[in-house]
Amino acid sequence: MIRVEKIYKQFGDLEVLKDINVEFERGKTNLIIGRSGAGKTVLLKILIGLIIPTSGTVFYDDTDFYKLNKKQIRKLRMEVGMLFQASALFDSYTVEENIRFPLDMFTNFTPAEKSNRVNSCLEKVNLEGVNNRYPSEISGGMQKRVGIARAIVMHPQYLFCDEPNSGLDPKTSILIDQLIRDITRENNITTIINTHDMNSVMEIGENIILLQDGHLVWQGSSGDVLTEDSGIIQNFIFASPFLQRLKKLALEK
Amino acid sequence: MMQVVSKEIPIFAIIINKSLFPEPGFYMITNFIYHFGRYVMLLGQSLGGPRKLNIYFRETIRHMMDIGIGSIIIVALIAFFIGAVTAVQFSYQLGGTLIPRYYIGYIVRDMTIIELAPTITCLVLAGKVGSNIASEIGGMRQKEHIDAMEIMGVNTASFLILPRVIAGLTMIPLLVFMAAIISIFGAFVASVPIGLFSADEFIKGLGMFYDPYNVFMMFVKSVVFAFILITIPAYQGYNVKGGSIELGNASTAAVVFSNVFILLSDYFIALLLTT
Repeated sequence: MIRVEKIYKQFGDLEVLKDINVEFERGKTNLIIGRSGAGKTVLLKILIGLIIPTSGTVFYDDTDFYKLNKKQIRKLRMEVGMLFQASALFDSYTVEENIRFPLDMFTNFTPAEKSNRVNSCLEKVNLEGVNNRYPSEISGGMQKRVGIARAIVMHPQYLFCDEPNSGLDPKTSILIDQLIRDITRENNITTIINTHDMNSVMEIGENIILLQDGHLVWQGSSGDVLTEDSGIIQNFIFASPFLQRLKKLALEK
Repeated sequence: MMQVVSKEIPIFAIIINKSLFPEPGFYMITNFIYHFGRYVMLLGQSLGGPRKLNIYFRETIRHMMDIGIGSIIIVALIAFFIGAVTAVQFSYQLGGTLIPRYYIGYIVRDMTIIELAPTITCLVLAGKVGSNIASEIGGMRQKEHIDAMEIMGVNTASFLILPRVIAGLTMIPLLVFMAAIISIFGAFVASVPIGLFSADEFIKGLGMFYDPYNVFMMFVKSVVFAFILITIPAYQGYNVKGGSIELGNASTAAVVFSNVFILLSDYFIALLLTT
């Protein structure tokens, strides 16, 4: 579980996040949604300590993240996996070397053990046989899956995904979503996804928070989204006439 | 992706755009102190753990290949022509004087060892290696590779900088040593065959007043310059914010500041070791 308490963030005169209080539950896919510039990425980066909040704090279970020293933060981060928007795979490393990187850095596994762990992660993301390819030699969807494999190779307790579907076709997006949901449930980890993708919201949104102008304006599940009447959520998720018609059909059924 | 807004202005921007500040002199000093402090802190951070020796060893070897083997041709080429030009110029300047011709060998040797080999080689390497380091680390920052490593728990300053520093401190003095030999060879090849002086005169000059302390001075300079031309670009690259223009600026700043600090330290080393 990750708990955010009274987070406030300001860049110069620009207030990006204002008094955010929220709890992200273990074993669930927690989604942060909102328009571009709403503060989603900043909140995600605050959660993992890449951006320091102006005030407020973040608890990993009962541990206050912002009271940890550097050594303790590094230790905690070994329990964290992150999938970046652009995958952030190291260009000069092969797929296998990318996934093996955290194992090389932090474990004393034998080469065979590392190889087994890498292959099992690749199997989990349905990507076998690409071990020796470089990131530039595989598609964007495959890169995302390699990113997921790297994020889960250390068996993290917390998984963060920054816009995992951006730039992907609808079918690959669904595969990525399902993969993240399955990993979350199988390993009972806390997963937080930052997304624009409304399909993800409806498919895997077990705990959704909506940010607007730096405020947390709505919280609920994908089921609540359909029945919610408030203008804020309707204007954001069912923005197009087509989606409004779809919603109407879904409710009629 | 949201770009994090920063009010921090790179020191390079202050030099090229004085109109930004009403009192540029004062701002330059405070800004320099600010960046120097961050530079020292980054270096301190790069000495910290955790680290896996085998990974660091592998990275160090990779950078030794890039910095050392990858620079041999350019260093050799420049050293050869510097030696050649030095010999020709001195031959011209000593023409018609009472100074014996064999002094040219002596002058070429000491100028090369004390000044030209370490300084010119490192100025060239600041351009080649320094801009490469700034671009490589800066690119990693922009593509979120550094963030990815941080989240894994890696000490990125240590992982990205320490192997490069070790590789630089090992390979650059060797390159400078090689440059000194090639430079003297260049002087011989460019002058003796066309009759500016004889081979015997040149060799006699090379053996005159030889002081091993000068070689020591060359190695001191090359170690200090190597440290400068690796760490300043690393600092510039590590702190890149923004897009391709900022990356270009960081790369330029890396070369400009490395060159300035190499020349400054050259002066202070000369003062320290010769007076």
